[in-house]
Amino acid sequence: MSVDTSKVAASNTSAATASKPTKVGAIAAWSDERLGLAAMGKKNLRKIFPDHWSFMLGEIALWSFVVLLITGVFLTLWFQPSMAETTYQGAYPNLRGVSMSQAYASTLHISFDVRGGLLLRQMHHWAAMLFVSAMMIHMLRVAFTGAYRKPRELNWVIGSTLLILGTIEGFTGYSLPDDLLSGTGVRAAAGFMQAIPIVGTYITFFLFGGEFPGDSIIPRLYTIHVLLIPGILLGLVAAHMLLLVYHKHTQWAGPGRKETNVVGYPMLPVYAAKAGGFFFITFGVAALMGALLSINAVWKFGPYDPTKVTAGAQPDWYMGWPDGALRIMPGWESHFWGSTWSWNIFIPVILMPMLSWLLVTILPFLENWITGDQREHHLLQRPRNAPTRTAFIVSLMTWYAMFWLAGGNDIIATQLHSSINNITYALRVLVFVGPAIAFFITRRWCIALQRHDNEVLLHGYESGVIMRSAQGGYAEIHKPISESKAYAITVRDRGTEGAGLADGPKANGKLTLRDKLRTLYYEDDVQKPTVDEYDEAQAHLAHADHGDAHELEGGHGH
Amino acid sequence: MRLLNRSAGRLSRHRRGPIAGLVMLLVGLALSGGLYATFSPSSSADEAQDQAAMAAKGRQLFLVSCAFCHGQNGEGLTAKDGQLIGPALAGVGAAAVDFQVGTGRMPMVQPGAQVQKKRPNFSETEIEQLAAYVASLAPGPAIPTREDYSTDGMSDQAKQEAIVRGGQIFLTNCTACHNFTGEGGAMPRGGFAPKLLDTDPKHIYEAMLTGPQSMDTFSNGNITPEMKRDVIAYIESMKTQPGYGGFGLGNLGPVSEGLFAWIVGLGSLVAFAVWIAAHSARTNKKKGTAK
Repeated sequence: MSVDTSKVAASNTSAATASKPTKVGAIAAWSDERLGLAAMGKKNLRKIFPDHWSFMLGEIALWSFVVLLITGVFLTLWFQPSMAETTYQGAYPNLRGVSMSQAYASTLHISFDVRGGLLLRQMHHWAAMLFVSAMMIHMLRVAFTGAYRKPRELNWVIGSTLLILGTIEGFTGYSLPDDLLSGTGVRAAAGFMQAIPIVGTYITFFLFGGEFPGDSIIPRLYTIHVLLIPGILLGLVAAHMLLLVYHKHTQWAGPGRKETNVVGYPMLPVYAAKAGGFFFITFGVAALMGALLSINAVWKFGPYDPTKVTAGAQPDWYMGWPDGALRIMPGWESHFWGSTWSWNIFIPVILMPMLSWLLVTILPFLENWITGDQREHHLLQRPRNAPTRTAFIVSLMTWYAMFWLAGGNDIIATQLHSSINNITYALRVLVFVGPAIAFFITRRWCIALQRHDNEVLLHGYESGVIMRSAQGGYAEIHKPISESKAYAITVRDRGTEGAGLADGPKANGKLTLRDKLRTLYYEDDVQKPTVDEYDEAQAHLAHADHGDAHELEGGHGH
Repeated sequence: MRLLNRSAGRLSRHRRGPIAGLVMLLVGLALSGGLYATFSPSSSADEAQDQAAMAAKGRQLFLVSCAFCHGQNGEGLTAKDGQLIGPALAGVGAAAVDFQVGTGRMPMVQPGAQVQKKRPNFSETEIEQLAAYVASLAPGPAIPTREDYSTDGMSDQAKQEAIVRGGQIFLTNCTACHNFTGEGGAMPRGGFAPKLLDTDPKHIYEAMLTGPQSMDTFSNGNITPEMKRDVIAYIESMKTQPGYGGFGLGNLGPVSEGLFAWIVGLGSLVAFAVWIAAHSARTNKKKGTAK
């Protein structure tokens, strides 16, 4: 290409001089000279992020966390974490004159006497529910798309630690008001800890400063709730996001999107606006829920008293699944040498949740051990293209869901007019059978979808146009899919491509466990068509497009 | 004053006369009888007759509608295999009849996990007659009157104190089955503690007194009549209490809260995420107007 030099000469008649900087420019220059922000900003403000709705699920968790920090600080201004006895004389009439702890009295004070107190309390509680649920669906998105593969395994571990810490943080917050519901929860937690063999009783005495309830548990939970766990959460969130920036965000396959690049929009102005806007939306949703939907109406529960209990006493939803496991566990108990081993409590509430969490945490390492894949992955996998992984995650979800249902067995019984005993018996079976069925169905479903992909790729999509031929036969016209779609579908491994070397048969001729699992992992995968197959199909499709429609053949498309 | 003194003196002169005692006796009898007749709705002799008449009418109703399960004399029936068909009714009292028939639980539609309430089959008079018959079998708790379960006529402060006391009694004795707002809860094998918020105060009182189905009997020795009245005052206050926090989500506790957090809260936030992602930086709503 030649350059038109005449124009350059005409426009560049004088030497360039620095014009007087604008006010913003002056401030920027002043601070850059002192803080060196420009170099950092130049790189990070132009950081590219890919665009997809499912990449914003983690953001919901982040912004709910910010809402939690803001509303939480507000609540600490009035909340008194003390179990000292006091007589309530506040605005709520039905408890006036009742003896209660200062923690509960101050919660009532926040709810009825502090302006905007109840709104902020409810926002805090709703935001907590959103925080944990958003972490969970974010985690599911990461797992379903294989985003936890190398190099992001450690960020997955941080994420799963955030999930369990968020859960504990939620539980400690739920326990603070010292009303009948939260007190019942603390009583239950004391029992759970006591069920730990040998050391359980000592741990409980250590945490409660003696026998339940004592007068230390609320102040101790308060310190854990407002200082210890939020501090760790903040640090881990920072690490989580730094690693996100360092690894760069994963992206979906598409034209121009490779393992070695990121296609998207820069941080400033696009994502700063989008993410900033999303914060206000999250805040707004939490505020609307706090204003319109009653949550944890503590004044109805009355002060905690170990002699009282209420029907419908449940933990918040994220603790519902261990509670459900506890509800459906048979009452097994052993006695050895004068000590009681409460399997009926230890297994469902301590062992099962910890092992499930551990399994989720090591998921990327487990998968890597099975596949032996040592490559880096920055392109996401569609869930159907890893049928075994997808099926495994769905069966974990089913496992969780069955325990979850069990946690609400009394509510299900009253609302659906069924027997609580029958619900319990059914769930005892379903909790094991359900995940197996879910695994099988999901795996076959993924494989069917892979087959469908190949069909669309080779024979085009069903256009919905029915043609009648001269002979009177009816046929649906199939049209080729766009090139970019075809590309996105075909960006995937063929068979065990990328998998590590097999262990090979053992000395006794049998396969190692790893080889068996690897066979299962890749088995039944439908391979993408070869280039030759694709070219041939394209030629055929182009021909068909000119009038020679396919005969309708019982849904097979060809 | 003089006149009064003089007439009193004149009367006083006869006070030791021969007929003075007789006259005073007659005056006394007439006065007490007259007062009793004025203030008592019916004489005890009439009442006994009324009761007997009502019980007789009640027996007729009983033979038609109840005897099939409870036996012709309310003695209860048991099947050959030992299965209880209908319990004996001696001593259950009028209150039990008024509760069971008044809430439509009896006559029972069909046996099952729990007798369900329905629209009552009998009129109020018929229920009274049935109650009179069953009460005639053996002494038992009577139907409470409005004064027993109502705080009407108390000062506002006394009412509020009754509500506070009742709330604490309610949380100690009732919430374990009926839930913290009286929404009801699950009982074993398909049974359930019914919702209290739509139950008539009289029936709540009778239920405490007689302990229908799986419910405990809260006798007057256990929970005094005043305490029963206070519990009812608290339940009534819950009916009229404003929803301080907003929509109550069925008052079912954390299960419905979790459901709303996931469906309403997270559901709308994910919808917003989809919406934000759909509005990309380079997207123009009208095609072909890109600059």
